[in-house]
Amino acid sequence: MNKDMKILVVDDFSTMRRIIKNLLRDLGFSNTDEADDGNTALPMLQTGKYDFLVTDWNMPGMTGIELLQHVRADANLKTLPVLMVTAEAKRDQIVAAAQAGVNGYVVKPFTAAVLKEKIEKIFERIDS
Amino acid sequence: MREVNKMSDTSLGFEELLKKQANELKTLVDKGDMSGALELIGEMNQTRDKTLYIEVGRLTRSLHESIRNFHIDGEGTAKAELSAIEDASDRLAYVVDMTNKAANKTLDLVEATMPFASGIRHEAQELKADWTRLQRKEMKPEEFRVLTATMGTFLAKLCEDADTVYANLSEILLAQDFQDLTGQVINRVTGLVKDVEVSLVNLVRMAGKVDKITGTVHDIEQKQTGIEGEGPQMNAEKREDVVAGQDDVDDLLSSLGF
Repeated sequence: MNKDMKILVVDDFSTMRRIIKNLLRDLGFSNTDEADDGNTALPMLQTGKYDFLVTDWNMPGMTGIELLQHVRADANLKTLPVLMVTAEAKRDQIVAAAQAGVNGYVVKPFTAAVLKEKIEKIFERIDS
Repeated sequence: MREVNKMSDTSLGFEELLKKQANELKTLVDKGDMSGALELIGEMNQTRDKTLYIEVGRLTRSLHESIRNFHIDGEGTAKAELSAIEDASDRLAYVVDMTNKAANKTLDLVEATMPFASGIRHEAQELKADWTRLQRKEMKPEEFRVLTATMGTFLAKLCEDADTVYANLSEILLAQDFQDLTGQVINRVTGLVKDVEVSLVNLVRMAGKVDKITGTVHDIEQKQTGIEGEGPQMNAEKREDVVAGQDDVDDLLSSLGF
């Protein structure tokens, strides 16, 4: 796993973005950017600068699941690893996220250990 | 509540009366008494109209009552007279603001404190290496003098840093005072929501009565069942359709081949 990879953190609450960025930094990833919803995130992703997307689900404007669908539909972005970090905990929603092509799903409230484990798992699969 | 009960009594009376009159109508038609039957149909219409008038009157009174219960001042002379709902929105905005400030303050202090912890660790690690050499009596006198000086500086800095860390932790402690203030506000808004719910349920009941008497059927469109964000789920442990935690998510995903 490349610790210099560029990560985009998308959440409508700035405090949650700060928390995730801090946790990522503790895990050795300090190359992070932020966006507050899918509409802001998508053009940033389309620049092709990002190696990993961490997104919330429930956001005004474009939601996380819509962002994921856009990413998977975009020829240049469709292989981008996506981790969803969200309070959405209905089984139907998790199944929908899986069908939309999410690489990992973390429910809030979460711990640093869970975040670490999911990120490692995602990149283990990709690197193998 | 009394109002609602009285209403259902009248409605029951209307239904019973209608049943009785319908039976009579059948008997009259069977007997071939057409003029009697027509007269009865007129009576039935009257029964319906009368009940409807009574219900509409009652509905109007209850509507006024319910509107008063919503604490909305329609005659307010100036903007100063806010409705309770607007007031509640303001209060909830205050909660969002307070929690946001508290979270940011805590994050600021945590971010400011973390470098002290890593700094102390880093310096202690260096000193530990020298200390081990000292214990093994591998240190030359001039090296020992340097170590003594470094140790003195380190201890003085450690005291200072510990004070900073302590002060930051105290501030983090104080930043949690939002819980008390926002808790009070949320409890008040919850009370209002409960009052409004009671008023709304009464309104819906009244509307239902009027619909029944007038025979109105509403075409209510089914809500689209798209997959949408809902936010945190309450009472998740009691619900089948909601996962109880990360372990459940992992189980579900692995059952899908993840």
